[in-house]
Amino acid sequence: MDFFIQQIASGLTSGAIYACVALGLVMIYVSTDHINFAQGEMAMFATYLAWAMINAGVPYWIAFGLTIAVAFFGGLFIQRVILKPLEHAPVLALVVCFIALLSIFNAIAGMIWSYTIKQFPSPFPSHDLFGNGLVSVQQLGVVGVTLVMLGLLTVFFRFTTLGLAMRAAAQNPASARLMGVRVAWMLALGWGLAASIGAIAGMLVAPIVFLDPNMMNGILVYGFASALVGGIGNPMGAVAGGFIVGVLENLVGSYVIGNELKLSFALVVVVGVLLLKPAGLFGRVIVRRV
Amino acid sequence: MTANWANKRGVGAGALLAWAGLALLPLIGFITENTSFDYYMYMGQSMLIYAIAVLGLNLLIGFNGQISLGHSAFFALGAYTTAILMNFGGWPYWATLPVAAVVCFLAGLAFGFPALKLEGHYLALATFTLAIAMPQLLKYKAIAGWTGGVGGVLLDKPDPPEWTGLSADQFLYYLCLFCAMVLFWLVFNLLRGRSGRAIMAIRDHTMAASTMGIDIARYKTVAFGISAGITGIAGALSAITVAYVAPDSFTLQLSISFLVGLVVGGIASLPGCLIGGAFIVLVQNSAQSISDWMKGTFALRYDVPAWAIYGVLLLALMYVLPDGIAGGCARIRAWWTTRGRREAQ
Repeated sequence: MDFFIQQIASGLTSGAIYACVALGLVMIYVSTDHINFAQGEMAMFATYLAWAMINAGVPYWIAFGLTIAVAFFGGLFIQRVILKPLEHAPVLALVVCFIALLSIFNAIAGMIWSYTIKQFPSPFPSHDLFGNGLVSVQQLGVVGVTLVMLGLLTVFFRFTTLGLAMRAAAQNPASARLMGVRVAWMLALGWGLAASIGAIAGMLVAPIVFLDPNMMNGILVYGFASALVGGIGNPMGAVAGGFIVGVLENLVGSYVIGNELKLSFALVVVVGVLLLKPAGLFGRVIVRRV
Repeated sequence: MTANWANKRGVGAGALLAWAGLALLPLIGFITENTSFDYYMYMGQSMLIYAIAVLGLNLLIGFNGQISLGHSAFFALGAYTTAILMNFGGWPYWATLPVAAVVCFLAGLAFGFPALKLEGHYLALATFTLAIAMPQLLKYKAIAGWTGGVGGVLLDKPDPPEWTGLSADQFLYYLCLFCAMVLFWLVFNLLRGRSGRAIMAIRDHTMAASTMGIDIARYKTVAFGISAGITGIAGALSAITVAYVAPDSFTLQLSISFLVGLVVGGIASLPGCLIGGAFIVLVQNSAQSISDWMKGTFALRYDVPAWAIYGVLLLALMYVLPDGIAGGCARIRAWWTTRGRREAQ
């Protein structure tokens, strides 16, 4: 039984990280309708920036905040400079563009910081919460940060004018523009937010899996799976999906297929959800007019 | 542009010349003293193999409009089919090629069914997951007895027949060239016929195609299967020429290099596949010298990795030359042939 609870707890921890990645994906999907394949590499790159700052002697939480800010402007920059000219390009061009960004971030991180694995400090102590080896403070911290982030995002979208403008720009760009919303900038803002959320995910995951340029590869796939399970247009669903995928992955990994096939589990989830319930658990079914 | 090409009759003189030129290249080996000639032949093999893989991908992305980032998985499947048949079945190398093609065709068909429901970004996403999961699947313990697990399978390079008088690498080059010619010819014919028009109609406007009576599901899945089969043959050839297969050579990066070849050569262009294949190998081989040159010229402190070059190039091409080198050439040709008319105006 203890083993089972431990699996659930560590499943929730990884679930929280998948939820962060999924939140970033959902942000971009909601504001621009694109699936950002570079989300993982962007997060990885931001984490390296944090690592460099901490190594240079900046205190953890200041580095944390600075990284989020830098990631925000980085995301803004990518949308405004790189993606803006491709606004009306076919899907293939966008996918190529995202894949290009993925390669560039990965290569540059490897070029500057090399491919050797690095340790990343965690702000949370790693000792047990109740002293019985079941749940550590570290795990609780990761879950807590994710929930706080979800709360902030919900408040932002529900109760602020800017949040309302962003939702309007995503749902009906033409009408939003007529109402005086600067739609193009709202998209850029979506990218900035997504990059920041990704940076947080990266900094949460790095103490657990260690820092290297390929660290987000597998996690991104789980992030996709989570976003799809929850319904890709829904932040709340993304977080729920993250926790569901995290727990399932851990249980299936330890009781059914073993740890080596965990990524294939993600493949099965992705294909399965896309086939059986493309709208996800909490998503809306979109009816397209022809 | 595509339409003109599809209506063309027969194989053009340019294509014949290009293939003849490629066929004559190994003969240089008989008159050159260059000791690294065999290595150039090996590069030639890789270029042709990549060209075949890009051909498979182009059939799917360029002509049918289905985006796949998972073709490294089919490449791996082809390579492993050949490796296992040669290693455990004692099959001759040439007999494994059709089997690899059939296995990958079926796998592609199987993946093509779920792909039917997916469009654009979603299909890219599902295939992206496939590419990431593949190395892990190949390392799986239960099948390690066949696949060799992490270590992979070591093969013997086939010996050329005595009477040809060719070196091993020259012979393998001809093997790759032969496969490439056959496959390009088959795809060329497929695309010019009724099926080809159906495949392209689906890309251009799925709904219109369906109202014209085209069976969308059938054509899409079969296109996926054929595309996977072609890429599988490329994988099989790579297993034969490299004489080694290992799970970590079939990562997402491989899929990305196919995509690079496709975009650089030209989407929906057959000559573009050859250009793309050659380009991939050239960049991989000269990454070090490009990096050194950039370090020297721009006084950089770091090495510039090949993937950064690929990435920047992909981005740049999307802006400057979205139809690749082949498309650029076609545009220059069109400009050149219409110059008289423009002057007259």
